[in-house]
Amino acid sequence: MIVKLIDYLRDRLKTVIRLCYVVLALLVVYDVTFVDKHSAHLAIETLPGFWAVFGFVACVLIIILSKWYGHIKWFGSKFRIMSPEDFYDD
Amino acid sequence: MTEFIHPGFVLITGALLLPFFRGPALKPYLMLVPILAFISVLNMQHGTYGVVNFMDWELTFGRVDALSQVFGYIMTLMCIIGSMYGLHVKDPKEHMAAWMYVGGSLGVIYCADYITLFIFWELMAFSSVFLVWFRKRKQSLPTGYRYLLVHTAGGLILLAGFVLRYKATGALDFNLLDVDHPTLYTYLIMVGFILNAAVPPFHAWLPDAYGEATVSGAVFMCAFTTKTAVYALARGLAGLDILIVLGVIMALYGVVYAVLENDSRRLLAYHIISQVGYMVAGVGIGTQMAINGACAHAFAHILYKGLLFMGCGSVLYMTGKSKFSELGGLYKKMPWAFVFTLIGGLSISAFPLFSGFVSKSMIVFAGAELHLYWASFLLTLASAGTFLHTGLKVPYFIWFGKNNCSKETWEKAADPPWNMMVAMAVASFLCIFIGSYTPYLYKMLPYQTEAAEYAMHVYSSYHVAESLQILLFTALGFFLFIKKLAPEPTISIDMDWFYRIGGRKIFWLANKPIQGFDTWFSDVYRTVGLYPLMTTAKFWSWFDWHGIDGFVDGLARLVRSIGTKLRTVQDGRLQYNIYYAVSIVAVLIVAYVFG
Repeated sequence: MIVKLIDYLRDRLKTVIRLCYVVLALLVVYDVTFVDKHSAHLAIETLPGFWAVFGFVACVLIIILSKWYGHIKWFGSKFRIMSPEDFYDD
Repeated sequence: MTEFIHPGFVLITGALLLPFFRGPALKPYLMLVPILAFISVLNMQHGTYGVVNFMDWELTFGRVDALSQVFGYIMTLMCIIGSMYGLHVKDPKEHMAAWMYVGGSLGVIYCADYITLFIFWELMAFSSVFLVWFRKRKQSLPTGYRYLLVHTAGGLILLAGFVLRYKATGALDFNLLDVDHPTLYTYLIMVGFILNAAVPPFHAWLPDAYGEATVSGAVFMCAFTTKTAVYALARGLAGLDILIVLGVIMALYGVVYAVLENDSRRLLAYHIISQVGYMVAGVGIGTQMAINGACAHAFAHILYKGLLFMGCGSVLYMTGKSKFSELGGLYKKMPWAFVFTLIGGLSISAFPLFSGFVSKSMIVFAGAELHLYWASFLLTLASAGTFLHTGLKVPYFIWFGKNNCSKETWEKAADPPWNMMVAMAVASFLCIFIGSYTPYLYKMLPYQTEAAEYAMHVYSSYHVAESLQILLFTALGFFLFIKKLAPEPTISIDMDWFYRIGGRKIFWLANKPIQGFDTWFSDVYRTVGLYPLMTTAKFWSWFDWHGIDGFVDGLARLVRSIGTKLRTVQDGRLQYNIYYAVSIVAVLIVAYVFG
């Protein structure tokens, strides 16, 4: 049952992706038009779609900064945080 | 019917009697004991029970109040689910270790003095290590010893902390310390606690051990050690400002390492660090709202993290693999494991209607109430990272994505045995139930006025819209950057480097003198007879794991055989070194206090 549903959606991947974009757009429209922003703590939070931008930027920042941290050569040596799996082996 | 039967006592007794239940009696027994423990929690009335006078001290085993009850409830509930998940495990020793471990955790939760706390604190470490060793891989042994070494060191710092406090104030009661005027002993106690909460830089034991634990052992481990530490912090150090900073650092640190991680269970382990960061920050904020949030989040976290470890554990159990670079495309073979793991992922990511949504935000809200906006924003940033990894990366790279399975892995893959499925279904139901019906969890929280106040806010249109935007736009980022996130077959160097490589280098330099000292000390030890002194001594004789093992049939022999095997694996006689170090420090501390 689950497998059939997943396969059904995968066969129509383009439509599913388009639908997802529509959902994202509707969400921002909802945020701008209907949401009562009285309980926001800071003025910046009341900007239209603030949390959408926050979520996207947060995601991209986390990916880029973490990968940079993992791959950079520390102290100019060969040492990286992401090391071969046998790093601790004798 | 007495009002108080200690649930930890139920589990420890249950563990000791477990070897007598074999064959068809074993499975019903494995379910019965945790259920009895849970019932004993449900039957408790608030009050103080189990006060024992021992030497000059008054030990209290049963302090029942709102704070201990919410933790006692979820711990015993998780013990039922975990035992269900491990029902197929035939080795009784693994169940015994797990129950002793939970018993230790409950002992900490219901005690009201530092001596009792300490005994159970050590029991947790010394029983849970077996859940690593029983994996029985070559690296399980050194991993277990590292785990034990770190926790022993943490235990000693805690011991030093409360003994100094005893010296200074004469008090051993386990209550809120004077956090506005912290002294040396406050910080020592704090270090003892936060080491178990896996606060950086004392956190590397967690992914190290949990990634290596047995399939069902990891389900237990992910629930008890860190959350018991959160309880201890909430009880003893609520409002200590430095915890806010440490908690926020933790929340982000775990996220960064989760990006880099290739092993699914280690990734989940790094996300424990991240999630416990919220709780530690909540305890640091220390208002009634924040303590409520820390308790609620611990409650929700135990269930969804258990669920995630069960989901990834079932993949490991069926295929023998846990690395993303060796999995992928499994939705056709393990659809139910996928659905359950996804529910865990949506819960940890705080999707509306799932458990994390009603708990995590309470801490963020409490921070904003005190105008700690930097903390609230950084914690919200970390929650985007949570969804990115646990909600998206874990399900995607195991069940979809590029199929990296070998032919053998692919053939072995299938949904796990019924008991694992039932355990995951129960945990999934609870995750959704907690998120959808808030009174269930909120009615248990220690501060009811604040809980009621927050219940009005949690499903406001603003909060729902805010959360959905953050989550769905994080998902957009994930799919746009998916190539960057493809699994890489590497391990990430973390703080454990210092005692794995750094220690090895120092050891190499000092090899000769230490060996010499070790041999000399062994002789002294035998001739002077420190051992009788130890056994006649007071509470610290619990340190003596041979003594503990005396209670547990078979475990003593096991330790000895493991020790013998280890000697060929590791430099030096690590197990004796730990043992000596612990004994010496304990003797010195006790001599200092009573000398």
